[in-house]
Amino acid sequence: MSYPEFLAEFGPRFVSGAWITVQQTVLAILVAVGIALVMGLMRLSHNLAMRGVATVYIEIFRGTSLLVQLYWIFFVLPLFGVTLDKFTAGFLAVGMNIGSYGAELVRGGILSVPKGQWEAALALNMSPTKRMVRIIFPQALLNMLPPWGNLLIELLKGTALVALISVADLMFVSKQINGSTFLSAEAFGTALVIYYVLARLVISPGMRRLERVMSRRMGRA
Amino acid sequence: MFDWRWDFTFRILPALIDGTINTLIAAGGGYAIAVVLGLVFALAQRTPVPGLRPVVRELVEVIRSTPLVLQIFFVFYVGPQFGLRLSPWTAGMIAIGLHYAAYLSEVYRAGIDAVPRGQWEACRALNLSPVRTYARVILPQALPPALAGMGNYLVGIFKDTPMLSVIGVGELMHTANAIGSEHYRFLEPYTLVGLIFLAISLPAAAGIRAFEARVRAALGMEKG
Repeated sequence: MSYPEFLAEFGPRFVSGAWITVQQTVLAILVAVGIALVMGLMRLSHNLAMRGVATVYIEIFRGTSLLVQLYWIFFVLPLFGVTLDKFTAGFLAVGMNIGSYGAELVRGGILSVPKGQWEAALALNMSPTKRMVRIIFPQALLNMLPPWGNLLIELLKGTALVALISVADLMFVSKQINGSTFLSAEAFGTALVIYYVLARLVISPGMRRLERVMSRRMGRA
Repeated sequence: MFDWRWDFTFRILPALIDGTINTLIAAGGGYAIAVVLGLVFALAQRTPVPGLRPVVRELVEVIRSTPLVLQIFFVFYVGPQFGLRLSPWTAGMIAIGLHYAAYLSEVYRAGIDAVPRGQWEACRALNLSPVRTYARVILPQALPPALAGMGNYLVGIFKDTPMLSVIGVGELMHTANAIGSEHYRFLEPYTLVGLIFLAISLPAAAGIRAFEARVRAALGMEKG
């Protein structure tokens, strides 16, 4: 079978697999960003209990493998009465894992805002919430966007593991096609190219665009 | 609350410890490949050979932006299609070594870029060969600052070894899967795997931070 024939026959399945991968990625990004913000801010809290919870969360999720976390959420959590379907377990595990790395970026980003900015907000009698939302966080965001670009590529790569709990994503589809045709180079090679395109032609340029827009809005460009 | 069985825990623990040893061997083997191959990738991006630089650059980008688990399948299954059969261990070591070589090459690159220009010029003025320039002057200065980044990837490779279970490498995750499906109990094996990973990676990460601080102090760099 020539490669064009291979694509003609299996192209639609690659497309449907890639579409699931895109869904998993987008949902996992939402989870990861939410967790990163909450845990990153909690890490900086003056409250010992809040800081403790965030530290434990971050150390557990950064100290073990995504695959272990995924299996644990999918196979063990039901024993505690929380049963998730595989699709939800997939993006939740990826999002929770990447969120723990993101929390450290949020923390670092906020700490990188010069002290004078905090003092100026205090001098203007801003409430702590307003100070964070209007002064500190926008500057922190601009500082942490470049590492977030790398982290989102790690997230996209992480979604490939959901294939191991049978979510029919790009990885899963390429494995199936490999199993039925034994055309390994074509099956896995095509998937590699699609992941590469998603990472380098969608996520990277998207993040660079976001950086440009943000720095313009901050009056820095 | 839930039924955690201690007798079962103690019965499966020896098998899991064997699996842990295999995991450590896999991480060490993969890392050894990555350390050497990463340097090759980094140096290949600095050679004057025309055409080599962009090719290696693109290869590194492809490896870094596609999933490791897919690369493991690729290496394991594509060989036999062309008559080259690799054992799961060999294929796994190649895949994980290649993946981390791409990451380590960036660490090396940053280290080499940080060597002051004057050092290169001095080497040229002394008419040192390229091999001597790198081996005696550039790399001894480039590598120590890169050590911290290299340590982080050692912990990273350790945490990525469970992916080798997909092609049947008998490491920790593979052992836990086998126990789980044999006894149809997943609580103890998967929880123990998580605890074993924590027990190794947290002290390792702390050790690397301490090591990094010592290297920085020894090099007279300020705390970063």
